[in-house]
Amino acid sequence: MAKAFDVTRQPGFTAVAIACFVMLYLPIVLLVAYSFNAGQSISQWEGFSFRWYVSAWDNEQIQAATIRSVVIALGASIIATSAAVLAALATTRTTPWKGQTVAFALINQPLMVPEIVTAVSLLIFFSMIKVWTGYTGLWYLVIAHSAFCIPFAYMPIRARLQGMDLSLEQAGADLYGTPVKVFRTITLPQLWPGILAGAMLAFVISLDDVVITEFVKSAGQDTLPTYMLGQLRRNITPEINAISTALLAISVLLVTAFFFMSRTRK
Amino acid sequence: MPDPISSTARTRAALLAPAMAILIFAAAGPLVIVLIYSFLTPGDYGGVVWDFSTDAWFGVLAERDFFTEELSWADAHLTVFWRSIKLSLLTALLSFIFGFPTAYFIATRPRRSRDIWMLLVMIPFWTNLLIRTFAIMELIRNEGTINTVLIAMGLVTQPVQMLYTEFSLLLGMTYVYLPLMILPIYASMERFDFKLVEAGYDLYATRWQVLRRVILPIVKPGIVAGSILVFVPCLGAYVTPRVLGGGKQLMLGNLIELQFGQLRNWPLGAALSLTLLVIVMVALIFYVRTVGTEERSHG
Repeated sequence: MAKAFDVTRQPGFTAVAIACFVMLYLPIVLLVAYSFNAGQSISQWEGFSFRWYVSAWDNEQIQAATIRSVVIALGASIIATSAAVLAALATTRTTPWKGQTVAFALINQPLMVPEIVTAVSLLIFFSMIKVWTGYTGLWYLVIAHSAFCIPFAYMPIRARLQGMDLSLEQAGADLYGTPVKVFRTITLPQLWPGILAGAMLAFVISLDDVVITEFVKSAGQDTLPTYMLGQLRRNITPEINAISTALLAISVLLVTAFFFMSRTRK
Repeated sequence: MPDPISSTARTRAALLAPAMAILIFAAAGPLVIVLIYSFLTPGDYGGVVWDFSTDAWFGVLAERDFFTEELSWADAHLTVFWRSIKLSLLTALLSFIFGFPTAYFIATRPRRSRDIWMLLVMIPFWTNLLIRTFAIMELIRNEGTINTVLIAMGLVTQPVQMLYTEFSLLLGMTYVYLPLMILPIYASMERFDFKLVEAGYDLYATRWQVLRRVILPIVKPGIVAGSILVFVPCLGAYVTPRVLGGGKQLMLGNLIELQFGQLRNWPLGAALSLTLLVIVMVALIFYVRTVGTEERSHG
């Protein structure tokens, strides 16, 4: 039957959506374009060149900051996602219980408490621990990042768990499946898209972080974002555009990879 | 019926333990220390001296004249408070205005292309916040793209000052946080059954009525989540106002940082942080209440 009347149409929505996508991409496209500028300027085009990529690549500070950023983001997203899967099971596959509100409040706390407040509180707390223990390594950053990544990992996982049909799990239990077996063979396969989404969010949130890192890091622990923030105070050259473009390329590759992974699983 | 996976209290506690431990250690617990610090005396080179004092809390809103000891409103702080609240509300509103139709647009695409559209939303989101802020900065600075185009077209002779204004903060924050509005709205709309909308039209509803009475109530959790996700980071925004405000348009986050940096007044910084936290909590409670009562009245 031909549809004469499109029930999904709302006037003007498509125009706004298109405007939205243009708005999202225009600044990024320009940023990328100027990373190939031959001149010193980030707004006057002087010809095509890779010179800023070469100079960023040879910069040892940038190399170290990049590795540090990735290590922290990997550690934090793995820890946060694992913790979030368990927590999501405990908060969805259950009847209401005492203390539930406290658990929810704790999980959502990093979303509610402004980052700068957490940053300040961690600055104070970790500087105490640094004095007591003398340890000034990367674990402070990994743990701090894990904490604020938990709600981001938790949300899509929980949403996925809630959207699932419970009768399969119950059938599994009726057939004498142990809780672990039911989880592994029934819940987990359906949960993967949620876990991937959660891990993606956690990774990006960690990689993205400037504020908490800026306050928690010890001397010489710059991540790529805090290094860039420091550079913005000085004279900006397309080198910043080059780093940005490289980061952008990594992001696009990762998102696309995840995208096709979750697609084949469906 | 008890659930097969986490039926007993002990299992539940064990499942929750790792997340709770991390969150208490590196998120909730340290807040208590901030509260203690806000009642101490600032040390000469940062840090604190362990002497009880309520000066920091007075300092949030009032200042004492250095010579006459007279108390007056801390106008500089009030300006920053007002700017933070105003810009955060406006950003959430703008994000909704752009984000809702976009999420709706994506949710109404054919199933296979929806993912592609969401990918297009996710890519800027995956791009570092600082990079996006920087991209906006390049766009709106005096020698930037917009001004170059405007001058070339002969529309203006002098560059329009956009950077370091409240407009630049608003633009920057909307740009940066927009995906946080689109994601949850889309998630709540993705499984939306358009048969409900068809039913609405069968009952002679207009497009507006369908939108307001059928679609909006169902995607409301997504809108609430999106607004919270946008409003809260805006209120405590630090990077965007630092880069786009250039020290001229301070927001609360920058004011707090100043106390821990240049001004070396950790207790005042702690008190300001907690004040920011209280404002956020009040906003959240207000929000939850509004949503709660509306749900009841829809009964």
